[in-house]
Amino acid sequence: MSYTEKELKKELEGKSYEFGFVTEIESEKVPVGLNEDIIKLISKKKNEPSWLLEYRLNAFALWKNMPKPNWAHIDYKEPNYQEICYYAAPKQKKELESLDQVDPALLKTMEKLGISLEEQKRLTGVAVDFVMDSVSVATSFKDKLAELGIIFCSFSEAVQDHPELVKKYMGTVVPSSDNFYAALNSAVFTDGSFCYIPKGVKCPMELSTYFRINEAGTGQFERTLVIADESSYVSYLEGCTAPQRDENQLHAAVVELIALDQAEIKYSTVQNWYPGDENGKGGVFNFVTKRGLCGYRSKISWTQVETGSAVTWKYPSCILKGDYSVGEFYSVALTNNLQQADTGTKMIHVGRNTKSTIISKGISAGKSQNSYRGLVKIGKGAKNARNFSQCDSLLMTDVCGAHTFPYIECENPTAMVEHEATTSKIGEDQLFYCMQRGIPEEKAISLIVNGYAKEVLNKLPMEFAVEAQKLLEISLEGSVG
Amino acid sequence: METILKIENLHCQVQDQEILKGLNLEIKKGEVHAIMGPNGSGKSTLSSVLAGKEDYEITKGKIIYQNEDISELSPEERSWNGMFLAFQYPVEIPGVSNINFLRTALNEKNKALGKDQISAKDFLKMVSEKSALVGLDNKLKNRSVNEGFSGGEKKRNEIFQMAMLDPTLSILDETDSGLDIDALKIVSDGVNTLKSKENATIVITHYQRLLDYIVPDFVHVLYDGRIVKSGDKNLALELEERGYDWLKLEPAI
Repeated sequence: MSYTEKELKKELEGKSYEFGFVTEIESEKVPVGLNEDIIKLISKKKNEPSWLLEYRLNAFALWKNMPKPNWAHIDYKEPNYQEICYYAAPKQKKELESLDQVDPALLKTMEKLGISLEEQKRLTGVAVDFVMDSVSVATSFKDKLAELGIIFCSFSEAVQDHPELVKKYMGTVVPSSDNFYAALNSAVFTDGSFCYIPKGVKCPMELSTYFRINEAGTGQFERTLVIADESSYVSYLEGCTAPQRDENQLHAAVVELIALDQAEIKYSTVQNWYPGDENGKGGVFNFVTKRGLCGYRSKISWTQVETGSAVTWKYPSCILKGDYSVGEFYSVALTNNLQQADTGTKMIHVGRNTKSTIISKGISAGKSQNSYRGLVKIGKGAKNARNFSQCDSLLMTDVCGAHTFPYIECENPTAMVEHEATTSKIGEDQLFYCMQRGIPEEKAISLIVNGYAKEVLNKLPMEFAVEAQKLLEISLEGSVG
Repeated sequence: METILKIENLHCQVQDQEILKGLNLEIKKGEVHAIMGPNGSGKSTLSSVLAGKEDYEITKGKIIYQNEDISELSPEERSWNGMFLAFQYPVEIPGVSNINFLRTALNEKNKALGKDQISAKDFLKMVSEKSALVGLDNKLKNRSVNEGFSGGEKKRNEIFQMAMLDPTLSILDETDSGLDIDALKIVSDGVNTLKSKENATIVITHYQRLLDYIVPDFVHVLYDGRIVKSGDKNLALELEERGYDWLKLEPAI
């Protein structure tokens, strides 16, 4: 049997979604729709202070008059914002003392996701904050972290327990007025994760959050705020899945990172939201605003592996404000079937001697459209700023698309900006070579793709790198018969 | 001796053009066969069709390998059955280390044959033994497959892979092309060391030079898709002296 492009195409279309199960948990929802009353209801349910309600209402007022961004290379049917349910909390009995008190059905879900908290606790040393729909259900390792003064909890808890930190930093990197989806999030966000690393502390373990959209017709609007105080270090992992559904689900998150002087934040994402079926039905709209602010000699590093979502609109960015600060963006984005991704980064150089690196690896299969969009901006004062960008695209079929939209704005003559881009097609010769050595076609494709993405996968923490490799394999494999 | 490969009246076409036009060849265990011929005679087509490359369509005839017609088998199935092709132009696979590539290949083979996976310890032991055999530079083992290798290193890497996979039938497609005399000697030494009573080798080459190092039991001349003359190693010397033109007048066997 020999291998043809047609067969490859067929196989890729047949890729199925592994995480397409729905957990049956009684869930507490607010009525669908969006107005001031709903926002007040959410705020009340969450027992929020008045300043936060005010923050939400201000954002809502801004949002109502904001235009939707339409510059991205994506095409989708605008969700009806009045048909979305903005709050769905899994119903539970008050506060939980230990994992034993968590709903068994919920634990089952986590097991299916391969992130059983108990196992995580015992074996891996990863602290997990698990966000299903909108409310955090369990956070492990809190005590151990507390000894070091590290705060790692759900956003709601942070609002209750550390309001001064939330109030001080929330919205300082991504203001409500930033864009349509950030404003929407600011108005209706229900939960998310919060992390604070005190001065001089190196967080001894990877902090991890797992997001999952469960309830039908709900949106997920989580907010993540990570603050690394002076000379501290943290590595933060974020994973996402959603069950298989026919309708589109909206995910509009906001992530803010603050690296104070000489601090370092490493933020890794493996995104596997439901991508829709092979005819483009269903799937998650992933419209996310992620941005980090760098102080003097600090460093923020974004690593993302994006394989899910029907439509992705996402640009994890760095504002390099402090002198000698460093921003990094490493990305693998894989699209299959009718998925569309418009993703990249913004590196805003403000301080002197700031440095940024962008490595983006796009993989397009099926009839998908995969775009890199990135801005490198060198401000007037960014003396001796340096940027290196490399954007590679790998095409798996003749009917998919790969696009690169690099924007460079340079206002300082001492800056140095480099951009490299390549586009290649997976080679028949490479496949034949692997197959001649006894590696079947599907395995060969996965080997070649993983090799292509290696530079980025290497940046992921160990546990995540293995998962990401598996995910790339699953996302490309078909029903071989 | 037992027959490993029997090619009967093989006709093969590529993109509607017939390249092999009734090729016959029989190879027994322990033998080395050299196939020589001018450009465009069908030498590389023969190696590709034996390995099962797509687009190489058999229109007539049979390839019997270890008593089985393998015409319908996929390239990887042929590989699992012990067929190995050393490529004329080895392909680069960026980001995939040589070691990882070979471990995947060995494990896939073991899986297909219902054997256990090789342990990391045994695998590394095997790697150091086999790489010493072909004089492969240590640093090349962890580099991406063939990426940035010199011509000589690529060919040496092919022989290293051959040693690791321990094939029953090896096909060396113009392995001498692009090699200087030292590299040629090392590659030949490797091939000779791997030669046994249980396996067989097909050496496809343009030049007699290689056959000074890998001494063939039989030499065949391929011309216009057929083997037009067979003989022993002296035939190669005669070809070197007289060229191919005199054979074109002789009728095909």
